[in-house]
Formats: sequence, C-alpha cells, structure tokens
Amino acid sequence: MNAQLAPSPVTGTAPPALPLRSHLDWLESEAIHILREVAGECANPVLLFSGGKDSTVLLRLAEKAFRPGRFPFPLLHIDTGHNFDEVIAFRDARAAELGERLLVRLVEDSMGRGTVRPHKETDSRNAAQSVTLLEAIEEFGFDAAIGGARRDEEKARAKERVFSFRDEFGQWDPKNQRPELWNLYNTRVHKGEHMRVFPISNWTELDVWQYIEREGIAVPSIYFSHRRPVIRRSGLLVPVTRLTPPDEGETVEEMAVRFRTVGDISCTCPVESTAATTAEIIAETVLTTVTERGATRMDDQTSDASMERRKKEGYF
Amino acid sequence: MSVMGEIQRNSTHAGDDLGVLRFITAGSVDDGKSTLIGRLLHDTKTILEDQLAAVKRASRRRGHEEIDLSLLTDGLEAEREQGITIDVAYRYFATPRRKFIIADTPGHEQYTRNMVTGASTADVAIILIDARKGVLTQTRRHTCIAHLLGVRHIVVAINKMDLVDHAQPVFDRIRADFLALAGGLGIPDLRFIPMSALRGDMVVERGLVAREQRLDWYAGETLLQVLEGINIADESDALPARFPVQLVVRPGTSTDFRGYAGRLESGVLRVGEEVVALPSGRRTTIKEIALLDRQLPLAVAGDSVTLVLADEIDLSRGDVIATAATPPRAARSIDARICWLAAEAPNAAGRFVLKHTSRSVRARLARINDRIDINSFERQPTPAALAMNDIAHATLNLAKPIFVDPYASNRITGAFILIDEATNQTVAAGMIEA
Repeated sequence: MNAQLAPSPVTGTAPPALPLRSHLDWLESEAIHILREVAGECANPVLLFSGGKDSTVLLRLAEKAFRPGRFPFPLLHIDTGHNFDEVIAFRDARAAELGERLLVRLVEDSMGRGTVRPHKETDSRNAAQSVTLLEAIEEFGFDAAIGGARRDEEKARAKERVFSFRDEFGQWDPKNQRPELWNLYNTRVHKGEHMRVFPISNWTELDVWQYIEREGIAVPSIYFSHRRPVIRRSGLLVPVTRLTPPDEGETVEEMAVRFRTVGDISCTCPVESTAATTAEIIAETVLTTVTERGATRMDDQTSDASMERRKKEGYF
Repeated sequence: MSVMGEIQRNSTHAGDDLGVLRFITAGSVDDGKSTLIGRLLHDTKTILEDQLAAVKRASRRRGHEEIDLSLLTDGLEAEREQGITIDVAYRYFATPRRKFIIADTPGHEQYTRNMVTGASTADVAIILIDARKGVLTQTRRHTCIAHLLGVRHIVVAINKMDLVDHAQPVFDRIRADFLALAGGLGIPDLRFIPMSALRGDMVVERGLVAREQRLDWYAGETLLQVLEGINIADESDALPARFPVQLVVRPGTSTDFRGYAGRLESGVLRVGEEVVALPSGRRTTIKEIALLDRQLPLAVAGDSVTLVLADEIDLSRGDVIATAATPPRAARSIDARICWLAAEAPNAAGRFVLKHTSRSVRARLARINDRIDINSFERQPTPAALAMNDIAHATLNLAKPIFVDPYASNRITGAFILIDEATNQTVAAGMIEA
C-alpha cells in the first residue's frame, strides 16, 4: 500500500484522491490474506522454507501477516543434501533472526530408511524430496504446507489452486480440483490428507524481484553475480561441483554468473550475468529471453509433462 | 528486447502503476480464444524463447506449418491429448501501466462452473465472437454468466474480421444483435472491438490492418488499450467499509497490543473513524492501522492490514468491523442465486457448511425456488434436484448469522460457497440477493 496520498485534483471541491495500489501492493495484500486464512482455518500448518528467493519472500509476507505476534507455524526445509553452502547458511541465519522454529528433514534419512533409493550418488534428489516431504508431513501431522510455487513457473502449475488438495498419498489430481471462487478458500481436509498452499501463486519472477527490491529483502549471495567454474552442456551452464564434475573432453571456464533458482546442485544451473544488485537483476529479468526453469533446470527439459507427473506424485 | 519491461522498470515506484486487472476470456477454441490469449502474451513480449520453441515443436508435431499460438495455453496432459481446455488456467502479463491476470476458462456448456469460477474474481470479461458466425447461444450464456457474477466491464471482441473482409456492416450487425440480447441486463460498461487475433490486428497493436487501411472505419482503442484504461479502484473504494476479521493478533504477556488482522474488502477506513463491530454492535473508533512497522493514515479496499481499536471489544475470527452508519445486514436466512458445482446432487439432508468472508456456519438448503436457463436467462420451474452447472434461486437457513450485503452491491460480502461436510467438496457458489 502507498502511504503517501496522491496530490489532490485541481478541482477545489473534490475530496483528496485515494492512494493508488500498485501491482506489488495488490499481490502483497492477497498473499497476506491467504497466509492469515491458513492460520485461521488449518490446525497444524507448516511453511516450507528452503532459503531460496520465493520462500524468503514468503517469510517477509508472514511477518506482515502476523507480527507483532509469532508465526502460527514452524518452518520446514526438506534438505536434499545437495545444497549450495551459501543457501544453507542463509537459511539458518534467517530463521534465527526471525526467532522462528526451523525444522529440517533430510533426504539422506529417507535413503537410510530405504524409502528413497537413488541409482547413484550424483542423481538429482529433486524428485526424492517429495518422499521426504510426505514423511515429514506424516511425522508431524501437518494439515497444510505453505510453499512459494508460482503459476508462471511451469504450464502444469497454471491450473493449480491456491489451496491445493492432496489425498492421503500426497497425490495431486489435476482433473478433480476444488473450484476456487472469490477469496473463499475451502481448507477442509480429512485426517491424513493435507493442503498445499501457494500464497504467491499470482506472482511472476519479475514481481518477486521487484518486491525484494522494494522491501529490501536479503537473499543468498549466489543470486548475485559471482565468478564460478562452469561447463557448457546442451545450452546450459553447468556449475562444476562434486556432483557435476567435468566429463572427459569438456572445457571448464570461469565465468561471471548468477543463479535464478537455487535447487538441487546436481540439476541447477546459473546464467551468465554481471548483475550485482537487485536493481540490476530486475533489469536483466525484464530483458531475459528464457524462462526461469528453461534457463536453469536440467530436470524440467525431459518432457512437456515432467512437472505435471512429479506433482501428481506429491512434488511441490 | 522488451519494450514493456523497460518502462515497467521505471514505473515500479512511480504513481502510474495502475495495479492489477483481472479478466476472463469466454469463447470456444473455434472462436480463437486460445489464439487471442496467445496473441496477448506474444505481443506484450511475455512469451520467452524456450516457451516459443516448445510451442513451435508442438505445432510441427501436429502438422502445422505456422506457429500455433493457441498451444501456449494447453496446460495438462489430458488437454493436450484431447485438444481442449478442461479447467481454469491463469496466465500473466504486464505492461508499463498494469499487471494482468487472465482466467482462461473453457467455453463449453458443461463447463459453466469453470466460467463461474473464473468470473468470480474478474474485473472484465472478454466475450469472443467469430465474425462469420455472429451472436450464438454461447454468446448469450457467457454474457449472462459474466453479468450474474457481477463483472461490470464487458468487452465484446468480434474476431476473425479478416475472414469477413473487415466489413463494417458485419461488425455493426453483430453489435446490434448483441445489444438486443444484453441491452436489458444493465451492463454498466460495454465495448465492441473488431479484431483478428490470428493476424494480431487490434489486440495489442493496431496491426497489419492499419497499414492496409482496412479497418479505418474503427477509430477506437485496441483491446490492450481498453484493458489498460479501465478504472476499477473507485468501484470498491466507494462502498461502505467491510473488514472481516481473520485473526486476532495478541503477542502475549510482554505487551497489551491487541490487533485485528484482516483485509479491507470494500470502502476506505481512516484512523479516527467511527466503526461498528459485529455481531456485538458496539461502536468504537479506529486507533491505528498497521502493516508490520508502518503506521498508515488510512486503508483502501483490498489492503491487508492490522487494525487497533480505541476501545477493548471482544472480537474474533469471522466478526466484522464496518462503517458505523451503514453496517451490513445480520442474516440468519438468505435468498441467493447459487451455481451448483458438484457432479452429485445436493445431499438428502440439504446440510452444508457455508463459508462467507472469514466466517463459516452450518447451513440448510431450505428451498430451491426455480432454475435459470443459462442460455436465455429465463426462469424455469423448480427442478427435482440440482445438477452440475445449474443456476437456481434458493433459500438457505443458517445456524448463526452472517453479515451480508447484496452481491449486486458488494462482490465479497455478497458471496459464499457451500461445502459438503461428508466429502469436503466445494459444491456450490452463492450470490446473495437478500
């Protein structure tokens, strides 16, 4: 909301004009409303916080929704073990700064239990996250998990509801979704079922960066330009890590890059960039010619329907 | 390079950001609805190279030489397989002045519930007409649903003008036919635009027709210009204030802060203003309007804020803070138009949970008065049972009061949904008449 009043119209008798609500004001108000509905209606919600920009924005929105009170839910990170160190450090620092409770559940532990069986150590653990997430939901009895997914990210997400029902197996049924009208959310679930809630459904990547800029929100350093060894592989810049070493004959280059998303390091790629500030990222985002996932995710390029399939199985 | 983006960047903190406009597109694939959406996204530079490449691949797979923009909006596997839209999809684009949210809903009769869903949050409805076919039964249906859901701005997009030689008489005849069917509805803002979504004429740009001088008889705005110019802020700001309480914020023992968290759904609230708290009916004044660490002098419709009141009043979730002089009506019984959304008929007991703003109450479907034919908008005799997509007049009795305004004057405090407790399904959408 704009605190300043717009200047009065020239006609002397008219009342002063009301403040105009910018698109960020609109998006912010909607997201706060959604978070408060979760708090008002769900018995045991949780907010999924990975340290990435989208869930970091969720924390800011939660502050606006609930302060000076505490958050009515803990934070939960499903840790693949395939992380960028900077993001994990940021995650812990941010949770501590807010004084809110952070739960961490590890894909490694699911592997120990045998519920996740990767073919090899370097496999992406993005899909395995769903298993660990569902195990955590069951362990704590969560009836709602708030996430930072956006409808503009991927085609299959465009039809997802703000309050998206999951059955007792954590499955999303795209053909049998509850109609969502006005701002009236049906939050009801039976025991064992849960809701995924997406307060920033209507935001785009650009909106997120504009909001980060407007609010002065801190995000992990790898979102900004830094020098990093990379390999060029099928149109993507693959960062050289312990999980993604160069293949024989591949050339390692050191380039100025930044990450547009931060996920599993085995499948998340940076883009070439000199953007060192949020304002410069916004400028680049405005001019970009490739989508966030197209530029950065190896796992979404498999097929048009890969996200839809994963979501049906319980992925975020 | 994105022209829109450059200006948007400059306008982020400027006063010329008109916020968000939500619109719905109604029409069938044959009318070029998906092509129109694809055209809007493409010409506002929303579609990026990898998305375009995917659509090009999909177009080739289907044997199309040219890129088929309609494929941009196919979301789910089943839809791609069947080549139809099944569910409501949301799309986004932005211009220097505004962010737009499109609710893309299928046009077939069996999907009335989807259009009702999309229209419930829409500020504008674009009704698509194929210039070769003119006004059809579905045109009437789409217009009626948009009007029923309280969409105040209707843009009739007369598409495929290139296939009728851009003939003004065709446009004029369709316009006259449309006015004959909708003239009596009392739509406050109705516009007509001739266009060709396929060629990109009059959607974002004036297009090829401008150079060809073939639509010179149309001096009006393009679709995008119309969408950018529509003023919606004043509509809800002018209403009495309605603030349904979502939560009570009470941080605990260290402070005596007691705030009411919610969203101002209509009207304007200022610090110092007299308000009434419902259901208690107690009057007090607004002491503070807070948003995190900011103290605001006022809130306008749509703002999520936390209110602090001058007097200690016991309020909880589901209660309402409202303009003292013009409070909402406390209703234990309501007459409403309902749209039946579920595949199953209402449960035999007719018992539901009714959700209205932040308040949920038990409700009984006391009477179904009549059914409305959504193609003619005429009243029909009472049906034996409601079926999916039916729109009917009904009377509901409530276990506890809710605080309502007629839907025609307030789209938030006049709306509700019905939930079946056994299945937890959302089974009906309701618009309060009295």
